[in-house]
Amino acid sequence: MSAFVQGRTGDWEIVIGMEVHAQVVSNSKLFSGSSAVFGASPNYHVSLVDAAMPGMLPVINTECIRQAVITGLGLNAQINKYSVFDRKNYFYADLPQGYQISQFKHPIVGEGEVQIELADASTHIIGIERLHLEQDAGKSLHDQHPSKSYIDLNRSGVALMEIVSKPEMHSAEQAAAYIKKLRSILRYLGTCDGNMEEGSLRADVNVSVRKPGEPLGTRTETKNLNSVRFIMQTIDYEVQRQIELIEDGGVVVQETRLFDTTTGMTRTMRGKEDAHDYRYFPDPDLLPLKFDDAFIADLKKDMPELPDQIKSRMVQEYGLSSYDANVLTEEKETAAFYELASDGRDRKLTANWMSVELFGALNKAGLELSSSPVSPMQLGDLVDLISDGSISGKIAKEVFADMFETGKNAKQIVEEKGLKQVSDEGSIITMIDDVMASNQDKVDEYRSGKEKLFGFFVGQVMKASQGQANPGMVNQILKEKLKG
Amino acid sequence: MTVDKNAVKKIARLARIQVSDEKAELLSADLGNILNWIEQLEEVDTTGVEPLASVNEHALPWREDIVTDGNITEQVLKNSPEVAGDFFVVPKVVE
Amino acid sequence: MSDLLKMTAAQALSSLSKKQISSVELTTAYIEAMEATHELNNYVTSTTELAKQMALDADKARADGNAGRLAGLPIGVKDLFCTKNVMTTACSSILNGFVPTYESTVTSRLWESGGVMLGKLNCDEFAMGSSNETSVFGPAINPWSARDGEALSAGGSSGGSASAVAAGAALMSVGTDTGGSIRQPAAFCGVVGLKPTYGRCSRWGVVAFASSLDQAGPFTRDVEDSALIFSVMAGHDAKDSTSASMSVPDFSEAINSGVEGMRIGIPGEYQMDEMDNEISDLWRQGRKWLEQAGATMVDISLPHTKYALACYYIIAPAEASSNLARYDGVRYGNRIEAETLDLMYEATRASGFGEEVQRRILIGTYALSAGYYDAYYLKAQQVRRLIKQDFDTAFSDVDAILTPTTPSAAFSLGKPVTDPITMYLNDVFTVPANLAGLPGISVPAGLSKQGLPLGLQVLAAPFREDRLFSVARTIELQAQFSLAPARAAGELQ
Repeated sequence: MSAFVQGRTGDWEIVIGMEVHAQVVSNSKLFSGSSAVFGASPNYHVSLVDAAMPGMLPVINTECIRQAVITGLGLNAQINKYSVFDRKNYFYADLPQGYQISQFKHPIVGEGEVQIELADASTHIIGIERLHLEQDAGKSLHDQHPSKSYIDLNRSGVALMEIVSKPEMHSAEQAAAYIKKLRSILRYLGTCDGNMEEGSLRADVNVSVRKPGEPLGTRTETKNLNSVRFIMQTIDYEVQRQIELIEDGGVVVQETRLFDTTTGMTRTMRGKEDAHDYRYFPDPDLLPLKFDDAFIADLKKDMPELPDQIKSRMVQEYGLSSYDANVLTEEKETAAFYELASDGRDRKLTANWMSVELFGALNKAGLELSSSPVSPMQLGDLVDLISDGSISGKIAKEVFADMFETGKNAKQIVEEKGLKQVSDEGSIITMIDDVMASNQDKVDEYRSGKEKLFGFFVGQVMKASQGQANPGMVNQILKEKLKG
Repeated sequence: MTVDKNAVKKIARLARIQVSDEKAELLSADLGNILNWIEQLEEVDTTGVEPLASVNEHALPWREDIVTDGNITEQVLKNSPEVAGDFFVVPKVVE
Repeated sequence: MSDLLKMTAAQALSSLSKKQISSVELTTAYIEAMEATHELNNYVTSTTELAKQMALDADKARADGNAGRLAGLPIGVKDLFCTKNVMTTACSSILNGFVPTYESTVTSRLWESGGVMLGKLNCDEFAMGSSNETSVFGPAINPWSARDGEALSAGGSSGGSASAVAAGAALMSVGTDTGGSIRQPAAFCGVVGLKPTYGRCSRWGVVAFASSLDQAGPFTRDVEDSALIFSVMAGHDAKDSTSASMSVPDFSEAINSGVEGMRIGIPGEYQMDEMDNEISDLWRQGRKWLEQAGATMVDISLPHTKYALACYYIIAPAEASSNLARYDGVRYGNRIEAETLDLMYEATRASGFGEEVQRRILIGTYALSAGYYDAYYLKAQQVRRLIKQDFDTAFSDVDAILTPTTPSAAFSLGKPVTDPITMYLNDVFTVPANLAGLPGISVPAGLSKQGLPLGLQVLAAPFREDRLFSVARTIELQAQFSLAPARAAGELQ
């Protein structure tokens, strides 16, 4: 197991749990009618409710409830038909109400699971503890003035789903696979755009270490990590730090830590020395959230296919390798591109062309799939030309390069450049006859047993055809002719 | 129930209300008295009684997901004791 | 014109529609009365210019045939309602200078119906109090005087709202009731005070004290006026998730239907040892009146009544401790500058909140804090359910319940309150209705030996305000109470 880390005093087991905050895709905020869109001048997407003016009251957004339930279904989770919004009380500059409306005792979604696959092709189930809806806070800017912080409430009140995993991950690799998979599921579902850079998806990572078989160690929580790399760095750093600390006779303090993106280290969060006492209680401005089975069934009916389902279909029905299927389903857009490109044609060949040629070219050009100069239909047409023998695989690569550069269709390029494969038996025979006639000495050598000369003849015929002769036919006819 | 001075200070800190030592002393007696009086609730047998958070029996109303608000920066900032540009301003927060 | 101030709202509407008076005349009379009764400290902000304009508009609307249901009637507003472009402070120093850019739903409805705003009325700070003495502006004074002439409390928290209507400084007013804050001052000042069913009147735009208990309601000279203004204030509001979606009925029939055949409950637990004799006598008198009017009096039991106050003094402060967290000196109100954010919060809130408000925030914070939540907050919520169940059981048998409104008549101002609990005991009869979400009305029913008004309270099942009006109107007709406080504006004396 990769789960163990070697310390001076022996093996250590790492235990990781994650709380992921995923911004719900919706037009307006969780409890107010202002826009949830990212990016605007300060305090623009702010209503009187978001600024917690006296007497302002929350009214819940239907879409956020739907999105939370859809996400719960996508995580194979228990959907709670009764849930309660609580107030989490604490003072902070970007928390105008002095409390965050969240769900504490009765979350909208209960236990579920996420399946991850690691590089060694092993699969693991990571348990989900719960998912609840809550308000995002505003933003404090600390670098605008030497002695002041500036507050922008545009994010204040935007709906978040907090997705809490069980402490069931045991390596940075697993944690990375988990967050990637979770992000992928959310994006397939359309419930979170998964944009980590803009903060639509961020994680608090709980890390502890213990000697195998011993009870859980004290954990630290590193907050607000907004990239997979930072998550992995945090885990690596924390594991190292905690092991060294314990092995040096110290104890891990349960605390909130911050990750420094420039040093790759974590540090204690200042100003959080007070023990938190959030004084959760049911928000008296709201009533319990209730819905029936029909509401859930309705959402279930319209659930999109999820990566795991698509993957197993690709392996079982299309005959793709598990690896290819993984690559093609990681992103929703990739799978959609592939389904379109491969529809009604050789699925495996298309998968191959997509994952090798197309991804290679995109990578080299630094482009995303969404801005690919070759459309799914164009890639499909190219695959057709290979399948029906119009062009050889080798020629196809040349055609593809041209397509990628010019955006032209494969057929057009083949016609313009006269690259169509020669499959006419008569002309192939003529070419073979010509080659044999001008290389009589080699023909004799071949016939006296030097059969490795066969490649030479193939090469000469292909050269004579300028690469356009159907290589299968050339092989077959040449073999007959050389027999004599 | 007694609420000692330190407990008063702890609560006051949670509630972000500055309390001097002298005041904490007074409040300690005050709060102790009130809590003692409230403890008569212990006489009530509440075994198996579901807590009541709201007398409302109707369902929580759901709003349509339409942008109907915002774009009122001036109103939002109008009453603030300190503003810079379109930001609220507070003493510097160190994380 | 000499009796402009004596008219009820219904009478004024009738005179207005017959063009016997104009709203400008009526409003002017009230503005003069506001000035004449200035020493009662009822108004914390006068909006006389606005009132004159609104009166002109109302007269014009009436001339054009577009008069709303309250067109031209001068109304005062508790300073807890946010009023657009008019300073709103909840009578707290922490909201000093706060001028909302929005209008509460309830007051919007009043103005849309042609009501004329006279100004903002005094109240206890954040509605926390029973004597109006916690107001940063000092207490509103009761226009009634005891025989010894001592200044009396108008009650609280809506002291200004009650006092202004009693003193002829407002034809009607609106207040809020979290534990008795409408009914107790109404009883002290000899006016009708209605606390509607929780959810009837929108809480949007009303400075929150305890969200699960707060409810807006009117102060009027009589029961008919109460129904009139209530039917304008009430109604569903999509901006308040706790607002009831049911329609508001026409109460005109209920007002005159009497109590013939009604079963009216008398809860034995409301007969308390510490209650003044004259209160017991008044209660007995009330029973007699209703019996004479054809109602059947039924002895009922509300066994958890005695725990209602203690229950209330956990739930209300707990909610308040959270509701008042937004007053942090960042987006509005007073700020005391300090070096760090936390020090700024602590200084701002220590200086901005008065003592009683601080005390309640601390109690509430304590009751919700780790280790105490179950023993206090959860326990109180359980007791709250038992209290509600008592009423549910009672209302399966009776149509209404009759109790005294307060354990005593108005008390003197300025006696230092050494023990907050003594003050809390004022709410002993009113608090249960808030905990159970019931409608309740206080109707003036007689005078104490000292010559001070005393009120009787009627309670009914949720959304049965119609029954309150039937019973209260019956009491009103029998009691023949005459509103004649010593310190009212000229014509009312």
